[in-house]
Amino acid sequence: MSLSQSTIWLIIALLALGTFGLRFSFLGLIGNRPLPEWLLRLLRYTPVAVIPGLMAPQVFRLNAATGWPDPALLGAVVATLAVGLWRRNAIWAMLAGALTLALLTALR
Amino acid sequence: MTPSDPTPPRRAYWQGLRDGGPFILIVGPFGLVFGIVATEAGLNVLQTMAFSIAVIAGAAQLAAIQLMVDDAPTLIVLITALAVNLRMAMYSASLVPHLGAAPLWQRALIAYLMVDQAYATSFLRYERDPGLSVRAKVAYYFGVITLVAPVWYLGTLAGALLGEAIPASIPIGAAVPIAFLALIGPMLRTLAQVAAVLVSVLGTLALGFMPYNTGLLVAALAAMATGAAVEVWTARRRPQVRA
Repeated sequence: MSLSQSTIWLIIALLALGTFGLRFSFLGLIGNRPLPEWLLRLLRYTPVAVIPGLMAPQVFRLNAATGWPDPALLGAVVATLAVGLWRRNAIWAMLAGALTLALLTALR
Repeated sequence: MTPSDPTPPRRAYWQGLRDGGPFILIVGPFGLVFGIVATEAGLNVLQTMAFSIAVIAGAAQLAAIQLMVDDAPTLIVLITALAVNLRMAMYSASLVPHLGAAPLWQRALIAYLMVDQAYATSFLRYERDPGLSVRAKVAYYFGVITLVAPVWYLGTLAGALLGEAIPASIPIGAAVPIAFLALIGPMLRTLAQVAAVLVSVLGTLALGFMPYNTGLLVAALAAMATGAAVEVWTARRRPQVRA
C-alpha cells in the first residue's frame, strides 16, 4: 500500500460519515411521520430480502478445482437454516451451523 | 406501566442483552481478523481502531482495506465500501415504523450501532411483539448491541496489537455466512417470506455482473416486492386469515 497517512485518514473519515449517513437516513429524517400501508408492507420484508442475497455469492462460490460450491459450507448453511426454522432462535442456528461446518471440514 | 405495555424497558433491555450477547462468538473473531488484516496492510494501531470504531461495519471495512492494499483510487475505495453498506439505508427505512418516534439522539445512536446482527435480532422481536412500546423497543436494541459493539472494538484491538503472533489462517471467513443466515431461519414463517428469500438469492446470483455490488440492491428490492405481493395474494385467497 502506497497511500499517504493523510489519505488513509481521509478514507476512514469519509467512510465513517457516509456509513452513518446511510444508517441514519430514513430513521433520522422521516422520524415519526406515518408511512403508507404499501410501503410498510414492503419494508417488513427487508431482512429476508437483503441478508440471503448478501451471503449468496459467498455460499455458492465455485471452487476453482472442483467447479462446485464448497459442500461443507453448503451443509453448514442447510443446518443453520433448518435449526433456525425449528428452534426459532438465531443462536442455536449459529451454533448448529458452526458445528456442522467444523465437522464437515474435519471429515474432508 | 399499563396493561397494553407488558414489557417494561428495563426488562426489554435485559432480553436484548440475552438475545444479542452470544453474537460476540462471531463478532470477536471477525474483529480480530480485521485488526490483523488492517495492520498487515500497513495501517497503524490508531488508524485500525479508528476504522472499527468510526465505521463499525466489518464487511465494508475489509472491502476498503483490500482495495487500499491494491492501491485503488480513493474514490473507488469509498464507492465500493459504501456500496457494501447501502443495505443499511434499507434497514434504516424498515426501522422507521418501530423506532421513528424515539428522540433524535436515540435514533442517531441506533443508527451508529446499526450492524446486521443487532438490526435483524431487534427487527424480529418487533415483528413478533407489536405491543412493545417505543421505549421498550429502543431498550431492547441497546441491549442487543451492548456486548456486540465493545467486543468488535476489542477484537480489532487484539488483532492490531498481536498481529502476526496469531496464525494468519483463522478459518473465520467460512463462518461468516453462518452468522448471517442464522438470523434468517427464525424469520421464515410465511410463504411470502420464503418467496422473498428465494428472489433475493437467485436475483443476487443472476445480477452478479453489476458493478459495486449493486445487483444485491436490485435483487433485494425485487425480493421485497415479491414478499409484499405474495402476502397480498395469500390474504386474498384466504380472507378469513386476515384479522
